[in-house]
Amino acid sequence: MSFLTIGALGFGALLGAFLAANAVDTGILAYGLLLVVFCVVGVFWVMRRGDDTGGPADPNSAIPYNDAVVRAGVIASTFWGVVGFLAGLAIALQLTFPVLNFDLPWTNFGRLRPLHTSAVVFAFGGNVLIMSSFHIVQRTCQARLAGGWAPWFVFWGYQLFIIMAATGYLFGITQSKEYAEPEWYVDLWLTVVWVVYLLVFLGTLWRRREPHIYVANWFFLAFIVTIALLHIVNNLAMPVSFFGVKSYSLFAGVQDALTQWWYGHNAVGFFLTAGFLGLMYYYVPKQAQRPVYSYRLSIVHFWSLIFLYIWAGPHHLHYTALPDWAQTLGMTFSVMLWMPSWGGMINGLMTLSGAWDKLRTDPILRMLVMSIAFYGMSTFEGPLMAIKAVNALSHYTDWTIGHVHSGALGWVGMVSFGAIYFLAPRMWNRSRLYSVRLVSTHFWLATIGIILYITAMWVSGIMQGLMWRSYDSLGFLEYSFAETVAAMHPFYLIRTIGGGFFVAGALVMAYNVFRTARGDLREERPYESEPVPVPA
Amino acid sequence: MFSHSTLEKNSILMLIGILIVVSIGGIVEIAPLFYLESTIEKVKGMRPYTPLELAGRNIYIREGCYNCHSQMVRPFRDEIDRYGPYSLAAESMYDHPFQWGSKRTGPDLARVGGKYSDNWHREHLSAPRSVVPESVMPGYPFLMDNPAKINDIAGHLKANRAVGVPYTDAMIASAAADIVAQADPDSDGAEALVERYPKAQVRDFDGRPGQPSEMDALIAYLQMLGTLVDFSAYKAQENLR
Amino acid sequence: MTYQDISYFAQTWGLLYLIILFVGMLIYAFRPWAKKKFDNAALIPFKED
Repeated sequence: MSFLTIGALGFGALLGAFLAANAVDTGILAYGLLLVVFCVVGVFWVMRRGDDTGGPADPNSAIPYNDAVVRAGVIASTFWGVVGFLAGLAIALQLTFPVLNFDLPWTNFGRLRPLHTSAVVFAFGGNVLIMSSFHIVQRTCQARLAGGWAPWFVFWGYQLFIIMAATGYLFGITQSKEYAEPEWYVDLWLTVVWVVYLLVFLGTLWRRREPHIYVANWFFLAFIVTIALLHIVNNLAMPVSFFGVKSYSLFAGVQDALTQWWYGHNAVGFFLTAGFLGLMYYYVPKQAQRPVYSYRLSIVHFWSLIFLYIWAGPHHLHYTALPDWAQTLGMTFSVMLWMPSWGGMINGLMTLSGAWDKLRTDPILRMLVMSIAFYGMSTFEGPLMAIKAVNALSHYTDWTIGHVHSGALGWVGMVSFGAIYFLAPRMWNRSRLYSVRLVSTHFWLATIGIILYITAMWVSGIMQGLMWRSYDSLGFLEYSFAETVAAMHPFYLIRTIGGGFFVAGALVMAYNVFRTARGDLREERPYESEPVPVPA
Repeated sequence: MFSHSTLEKNSILMLIGILIVVSIGGIVEIAPLFYLESTIEKVKGMRPYTPLELAGRNIYIREGCYNCHSQMVRPFRDEIDRYGPYSLAAESMYDHPFQWGSKRTGPDLARVGGKYSDNWHREHLSAPRSVVPESVMPGYPFLMDNPAKINDIAGHLKANRAVGVPYTDAMIASAAADIVAQADPDSDGAEALVERYPKAQVRDFDGRPGQPSEMDALIAYLQMLGTLVDFSAYKAQENLR
Repeated sequence: MTYQDISYFAQTWGLLYLIILFVGMLIYAFRPWAKKKFDNAALIPFKED
């Protein structure tokens, strides 16, 4: 197995050197050399570790789980979370105080905004998904992760993807398709990593002892397969040179727009929803110590969600040059999507029925429940905003930004924090987290931050939408565009403060995870009945 | 008969099931756009970008302008009053990729061409608050000092042709000359450029003679946006949906 | 292909496809004889250690 890995890495190093040697611009030169460094370091790392591809956190475990790669995922998720939230805080500050753009190429809002979105969605969210899917598939199949070094290739290959994408934005390398900004060579690299990810996941499913595949894995499988499909189709492009960074997308205009938002909306649907529902269906039952409210409802949730989501993309293009029938189709399916979403929310919340008292004593469970509440809220707001009459007002405004963040900070953020707090003591084999009280601190910082953020964006978005369409008594437009920009300043400030709270919470989490990993236990007053003890 | 437990127990079958379910929506919505009249109609006046405009468009993409500026006027009274006639599908038919945007932190730019002087754009791009005090836009003073890339522009036209933009051999052959000529009204190539690209505007956009700068390219792009189609002549056909 | 062709297809075959899919899914999830199996499946997360 190591032999095969070293061979593949050697081939990668040669490819990197070949690209760098023929490069027509500094971008390919730099990334070719980066690939060489990645592969060479990888070869040494694999050789130094011998056959040790990672063992179980608990030395007494009967099954030789690969928990080392999950542990790496906890560190990467925490790190990229802090980085991504800080980038968001930075661009929120830039909108409030534009002098902070510094008028330099590498620090302007236009380049940092994709850095923020990619860092939170793909670096933070992606690492959480890889970490959790690797953990959950092993535990629900009672089998070790398949593929020897392959899970490690997925982990490190994904970090290389993040580095290439993020540094590219700073140097102005972008396709300009939202949430699909990385250029063609980064897309190809991610495709390789993703195929290996799918094979590792499937390989582990094939090893399972249980005849039935647990529903969380259905969501992960749908997430992995659909993201692969979306990623490949939306990124079809023609490079100017195979030794240069720039490419032109295969589609143009209206076809390109719908392909992009078919991708963009389902990046939300399958990356940020289906994948994280996989987390919900495992960590909520585990933390609450009771099975999911209705397993049958979870099946209906799964199929109706993946079926309906894929149609909803055109609601990003209401009243554009996209044909009306496509807009109507997108709107209709978006409204229908409300039902499976709330079915899933009810299923998650009702899992706690008869155990609601645990919310008082278990801040991790409180975090998970808050995330489900935000899932319900955003999946109600989303269909509402997909209605054409509402969208006419909300589109192009901050309302959309607020909606995205109630889903991203509230649902994805909170469920991810819950997963990280669940995994940290278990993956380092500690009796409990360094501090359970600090989880509660994080919970309140994050909740206050989210509420400040989304209320500020509601007000500024609806206000701006109304100002744009406002006419005076003589039939002239009442406000110039610049006046609407000036009116939003106070709300941009409130949003920045909310973001600050959220970042502070993430820093508390990073500290807590760090001390847990070190094996420290904070002396603190325990909650009346201790939260779920970690089984020995 | 089909056994349900097969699906639960067989991960490959489940994978295929997922693929079928998620493919149908995409195919039904996207495929017709390549055949329906309203999305592939040709509108008089549309032409591929000149080399300088294309270079400017690439700077627009590089700096992430699309994050804050849409290029899609919706058919509402206030938008038509504020920005001009609503956008047609055909107006972005040569846009690889499209730049419709999703957020208006700044105003829509679909029809910004000709609304402001070159001088205003230069000031505004270098120091936005010197001309619009309320603006939150970053400044791009470095565009004045960066020369536009000229030597590989023919390759960019070729790549565009490979994905369907009708650049002719003559356009590709003269691309490097055209990119310089458009920013230099005294050059010999200006006439031939306008012949190849009707309505192309030939000016010293950045007000500084010599090799075209990135400022030249970006302003050339902004000044042509929305100017190609003559809306006094355009009649939307009735059956277009 | 015209708009009429597409809308005809959507309003007939499209509708049928949707209904079959939805009803099939409900039967699959709620058929009574699978209750025990699904109840067991719900317990999978607690079997690991």
